[in-house]
Amino acid sequence: MDDWRHGGFGLYLHWPFCAAKCPYCDFNSHVAAEIDQSRWNRAYLSEIERLGAETKGRVLNSIFFGGGTPSLMAPELVQAILDKVRATWTLANDVEITLEANPTSIESGRFRAYSEAGVNRISMGMQALNDADLKRLGRMHSAAEGRAAFDIARKHFDRVSFDLIYARQDQSLNAWKAELHEALAMAVDHFSLYQLTIEDGTAFGLRHAAGKLHGLPDDALASDMYLITQDICSSHGLPAYEISNHARPGAESRHNLVYWRYGDYLGIGPGAHGRLTLDGTRHATDTPRAPEAWLRAVEAAGNGELPREALPLSEQATEYLLFSLRLSEGMDLARYEALSGQPVDRAKLRHLEEIGMITLEQGRICPTDAGRAVLNALIVELMP
Amino acid sequence: MTELDHIRNFSIVAHIDHGKSTLADRLIQLTGTVAERDMKAQLLDSMDIERERGITIKANTVRIEYPAKDGQTYVLNLIDTPGHVDFAYEVSRSMQAVEGSLLVVDASQGVEAQTLANVYQAIDAGHEIVPVLNKIDLPAADPEAVKANIEDVIGIDASDAIPISAKSGLGIPEVLEAIVKRLPAPKGDRNAPLKAMLVDSWYDPYLGVVVMIRVMDGVIKKGDRIKMIQTGALYGVDKLSVLKPQMVDIAELGPGEIGVLTASIKQVRDTRVGDTITHEKKPCDKALPGFKPAQPVVFCGLFPVDANDFEDLRDAIEKLQLNDASFSSEMETSAALGFGFRCGFLGLLHLEVIRDRLEREYDLDLITTAPSVVFKLHMKDGEVRDLHNPADMPDLTYVDHIEEPRIKATIMVPDDYLGDVLKLCQDRRGIQMDLTYAGSRAMVVYDLPLAEVVFDFYDRLKSVTKGYASFDYQITGYREDHLVKMSILVNDEPVDALSIMVHRDRAESRGRAMVEKLKDLIPRHMFKIPIQAAIGGRVIARETLSAMRKDVTAKCYGGDATRKKKLLEKQKAGKKKMRQFGKVEIPQSAFIAALKMDD
Ligand SMILES: Nc1nc2c(ncn2[C@@H]2O[C@H](COP(=O)(O)OP(=O)(O)OP(=O)(O)O)[C@@H](O)[C@H]2O)c(=O)[nH]1
Ligand SMILES: C[S@@+](CC[C@H](N)C(=O)[O-])C[C@H]1O[C@@H](n2cnc3c(N)ncnc32)[C@H](O)[C@@H]1O
Ligand code: SF4
Ligand SMILES: [Mg+2]
Repeated sequence: MDDWRHGGFGLYLHWPFCAAKCPYCDFNSHVAAEIDQSRWNRAYLSEIERLGAETKGRVLNSIFFGGGTPSLMAPELVQAILDKVRATWTLANDVEITLEANPTSIESGRFRAYSEAGVNRISMGMQALNDADLKRLGRMHSAAEGRAAFDIARKHFDRVSFDLIYARQDQSLNAWKAELHEALAMAVDHFSLYQLTIEDGTAFGLRHAAGKLHGLPDDALASDMYLITQDICSSHGLPAYEISNHARPGAESRHNLVYWRYGDYLGIGPGAHGRLTLDGTRHATDTPRAPEAWLRAVEAAGNGELPREALPLSEQATEYLLFSLRLSEGMDLARYEALSGQPVDRAKLRHLEEIGMITLEQGRICPTDAGRAVLNALIVELMP
Repeated sequence: MTELDHIRNFSIVAHIDHGKSTLADRLIQLTGTVAERDMKAQLLDSMDIERERGITIKANTVRIEYPAKDGQTYVLNLIDTPGHVDFAYEVSRSMQAVEGSLLVVDASQGVEAQTLANVYQAIDAGHEIVPVLNKIDLPAADPEAVKANIEDVIGIDASDAIPISAKSGLGIPEVLEAIVKRLPAPKGDRNAPLKAMLVDSWYDPYLGVVVMIRVMDGVIKKGDRIKMIQTGALYGVDKLSVLKPQMVDIAELGPGEIGVLTASIKQVRDTRVGDTITHEKKPCDKALPGFKPAQPVVFCGLFPVDANDFEDLRDAIEKLQLNDASFSSEMETSAALGFGFRCGFLGLLHLEVIRDRLEREYDLDLITTAPSVVFKLHMKDGEVRDLHNPADMPDLTYVDHIEEPRIKATIMVPDDYLGDVLKLCQDRRGIQMDLTYAGSRAMVVYDLPLAEVVFDFYDRLKSVTKGYASFDYQITGYREDHLVKMSILVNDEPVDALSIMVHRDRAESRGRAMVEKLKDLIPRHMFKIPIQAAIGGRVIARETLSAMRKDVTAKCYGGDATRKKKLLEKQKAGKKKMRQFGKVEIPQSAFIAALKMDD
């Protein structure tokens, strides 16, 4: 059996535009004066067609519209894409179709139409629950607008998740606890809690490098915030199933699980990555990051992909390691060893267990809360 | 061949950084020895390490032709020497090959410790000395005061010292004239049997061993059968050249001339600097006095970070030794580090230079263990053993007493900083021997243990005197003292590579300093790590390195694993540059850095 089948099969579609660029964000998102949605429509459909021909007969477990701000897509565009997807692949009975939305009023106006097009899950970028912090994060919506958009979304979708960014400037442990309790009161069965990361090349990154970004938590406080978040969410029935993602058991995002269980996923759109196994060989796929460059590639050559790379097994092993250890269900040791072709040093595992970084159960390595707080070090330790 | 009275041979000597190599540049340039387009600053400093650090490590010789004011053209052989104390040996042997010295003194600084050390060597070698006051372009230059300073401190006549700027070229024609007029021509007998001094030798990847010689008597030609008197080895001369500074072939070299030869010699070790070269058939009757060989004074272990690289390290050391016979090596094994070499060096800079070259030129990653000087163990049964490595310290019940090497250190310092210097010397167990003044500068002479000086004394001296002090030393002998072995335990396991010999009274402060340093040098791990210093079984200092708190990527989104993977692979490669001691990884740089004190 091909290794990807352990993780399933997903489709990621990237919409690279936003109304404004947030100062912390290093996603492939751009602000454009005018967007010719019909041109995008043709390009997406052409790519679906091309990849569909390569993956005939596969069953899709998940489709994800990510961005950027996909809630700026015309509902007709979403409809056309999903029609094409349904005509191309068989969808799983429980297929998850997620769209990322920003919580402003313009966007919530389209929720109903998205739902009619087939979207069955919304992931909303709430980011903070108070106006002062939303301003500092450069967001265009207020906390009240956020809640209103969330309520509208809930009317149209069974599954609604939202994102918060914490470990923000000048945020105390207590302030975060209070905000987290508010969030828990709102949450349906899934949310994502990301610690603010200062990324190179962003506005925050530049200010940070210049020493002008004040009030960020030190590692000790950030670690305390992380650990307390785990405790609080677990006791409210929303344990972390991944570093930053919480769900009631069973309500995990299927799309996320495809990545972290290291399944196959197609990436369509500018800067979208994919992993695709064909004839027993797993490939890494990538596309041009610039929207115009991607469009041109699709239009001119009928192919928006950069040259594909076959992934050697050793690299697949590393990718499986660094994805799967993000999950609380952890990594299947036998599957990892099959990919890497060499056994993991048991003495090392025993030591990591002794110092409380992992547990070893039924052939799986599961990081503990403490282990997840230093996951990079843990992964590096386990890399051959 | 050039007539004796048309030859001048000289070395350029000075304190470090006073501008020897820059002066050599100007002499080379003004005489058109090197085409203008090939000129670059400190041309003779050709090794990467020399260029990076801006210092001369190896003495370099150039032959230049100078049409003098008297209408005659002279052949000048100049030897640019290093200023750093570790390479004093290069200076002393260079001096044996020439008759005169240009003594360069920075006119903004005056006489410094190595000025003094080098000028005395030149006087001992019987040199005529031409003082040159350099850097007069600097606003702080005070040529008149420095003249007085030279007369005062060194006791030579400086009234004819030549003011120059090696940077701008000012005064260089005067230097060239002075070389011809004031330095003596070499002496020698063209018709006597060949007698030549082996001044230096090095390994050239294309030519094999290249030998630099100074002919005293007789004539040497390509094809001659020659004999090295000390080693008794016989060779045929394959190639005879002069250095301009690249090799230019020459038919013969006569008395007073300096050049290089190759003779299918395999290793630099087969040659002995200071040896006398003569003809196999018609040898000279008396050999030259020869030089005292350079003695390594600092020892440390060199181990490959990756144990699989041991053979590569062995090869690299052998190759480097082809070129630098002044460092020694012997195989060593360590419980934690596996196979490696115990190597001896002329000083810490020499150690760093060799380690850098091994790593760079042979693409190795090395662990350098804590450096040590050579202690003498007087055993109860009367045997005397050399201890190169504290890890080899035998059970104390067999040891009667321990001796350590001592040095005579000369320090020159503006009197504003004298107090700091005296305190530093006192802290390092020094005994004051002399204190004199020349103007506002003091000259202090201390008897110090080499072990207290070799690692970081010079750095400390520079920092407490803001760079205004200079320092030179010679080894004087061995003396008994209360020395003990201090071990370092990391995560409760002794790390041999960090053990040092230390004076009983200084053990606690050294131990404290080391564990504090190590706490900063060892990266945080996923668990906390106790770091202890101990003598025998007794812990004398302890620190705890706390566990890392947070290192995780919050969002791993859109299935883009490539960037993340690269990052972690880089971290992993970085970790592989560390060596595992028990469960703890210690970076390779830690072993020397832990010894440097900020007292
Ligand atoms: N201003 C000025 N700087 C000079 C002059 N001569 C040399 N320097 C500078 O002094 C520094 C040291 O010069 P070097 O020629 O490398 O000195 P050195 O005596 O050969 O040094 P070591 O070989 O390391 O002992 C360099 O930065 C030179 O550029 C000069 O006449 N004027
Ligand atoms: C593709 S992004 C944004 C989706 C949508 N455009 C929005 O802003 O609401 C997905 C999530 O990543 C998180 N995120 C983006 N940049 C981040 C950063 N620098 N640090 C932490 N979280 C970040 C935000 O919570 C964001 O909602
Ligand atoms: S956080 Fe969302 S809205 Fe802000 S720039 Fe990034 S993708 Fe666009
Ligand atoms: Mg120099």
